[in-house]
Amino acid sequence: MEEVKLLGFWASPFSDRVIWVLKLKGVNYEYVEEDPYNKTQLLLQRNPVHKKVPVLIHGGKSIAESSIILEYIEETWPQNPLLPQDAYQRAMARFWIKFGEEKMATICAVFRTAGAEQEKAIEEATELLKIMEEKGLGDKKFFGGDAIGLVDIAFGWLACLYEVVEKVSAVKVLDADTFPQLHAWIQNLKVVPVIKENLPDHQKMVGHLKRRRETHLALPNCHN
Amino acid sequence: MSKQELLLLDCGVSPFCGRVKIALAEKGVEYESKEENVLGGKSELLLSSNPVYKKVPVLLHNGKPLCESSIIVQYIDEAWPSPPLLPTSPYERAQARFWGDFIEKKVFDGGSKIWKSKGEEIEVAKKDFIETLKQLEGTLGDKDFFGGENFGFVDILLIPLTTWFYSYEKFGDFKVEEECPKFSTWVKRCKQRENVVKALPEPEMVYEVVLMLRKMHGVE
Repeated sequence: MEEVKLLGFWASPFSDRVIWVLKLKGVNYEYVEEDPYNKTQLLLQRNPVHKKVPVLIHGGKSIAESSIILEYIEETWPQNPLLPQDAYQRAMARFWIKFGEEKMATICAVFRTAGAEQEKAIEEATELLKIMEEKGLGDKKFFGGDAIGLVDIAFGWLACLYEVVEKVSAVKVLDADTFPQLHAWIQNLKVVPVIKENLPDHQKMVGHLKRRRETHLALPNCHN
Repeated sequence: MSKQELLLLDCGVSPFCGRVKIALAEKGVEYESKEENVLGGKSELLLSSNPVYKKVPVLLHNGKPLCESSIIVQYIDEAWPSPPLLPTSPYERAQARFWGDFIEKKVFDGGSKIWKSKGEEIEVAKKDFIETLKQLEGTLGDKDFFGGENFGFVDILLIPLTTWFYSYEKFGDFKVEEECPKFSTWVKRCKQRENVVKALPEPEMVYEVVLMLRKMHGVE
């Protein structure tokens, strides 16, 4: 069996999602911690285009970009399938994964802003979360249906990381009253063993995000 | 399969619609299409089929809507497997998706910066854009197409975007052929394919649209 190595960063939700899928598939891998503020030669060689984690190295070949890594794992290790069999349902899953990627920065903009700008960020995040809840999740237990799938994994940051983002930013966006279905989904996702057992240390994450927020707010223009 | 089972909500100058039209043509699949007035007034069908983004293309297959052009192309490849647009091995598929993702992130928005900018910003936008094309040239290498010998997924995602290059060249005062000759050769190779030529608008027509967009964006 060919060697699997994951270059990741403990605080990165993009790394987390790869770990969850590898574990759900029962794939053995070696984890290599990268410091995004002090990148190794290995990372720069393995992802010369974007120079970012996560990177999956399988049998010496590199795959970059987390959503692409997830599909690669799904195709290479088909046990415990995380994408639907039906082509239309698969297209819908890809649609929501892409939506999550594109809108994550906007949903998390509350973290990089303060005052009036943050108020606006809360409004925009609320709008996007409404779309996800109404059009993506609906009445389902998970985005994947009765069991978790790649969309749930791709949105895992919303279930686990976002409450830390809210705490550090002193806001509440994703509350149970406004988002009853999303709130229920979060509670269901958090108890899935692979996810529960593979989350970054809470206190460490709070400290890390506090420092990152201070850095953002100290920039001359408070937006990225 | 009757034509009514496939309906494409289309816009002639949209390179994203171009991708879907090329993919369907490669598969020899017949379909109906409906031109949308994306600037003037979007149809109820478009708004209800793509409530999240409200954009073309939308492909309705037996009434079920599919949105986002790269996802639609993958769907077409899976629903009509022959001839394949994506490679068979998971690693090569991942590479194709990687470059598809790179193209999504860099090409259209990068080019738009050129016609949306004023003064010194144009030069910066132009340099970044040429750098993007050089990276694509690098991955193309000596191959005929991005996937190798056969026209496929990455080529389909990229070639329609090149109909907007004439406009970028006019506003940026440069020629893609001079800056990136290998890229230009690949464009010409793709344009020898009937399915590509039939699906794409004339660059001059796109230019007229860009002029209009510039006015709308207050660049003129």
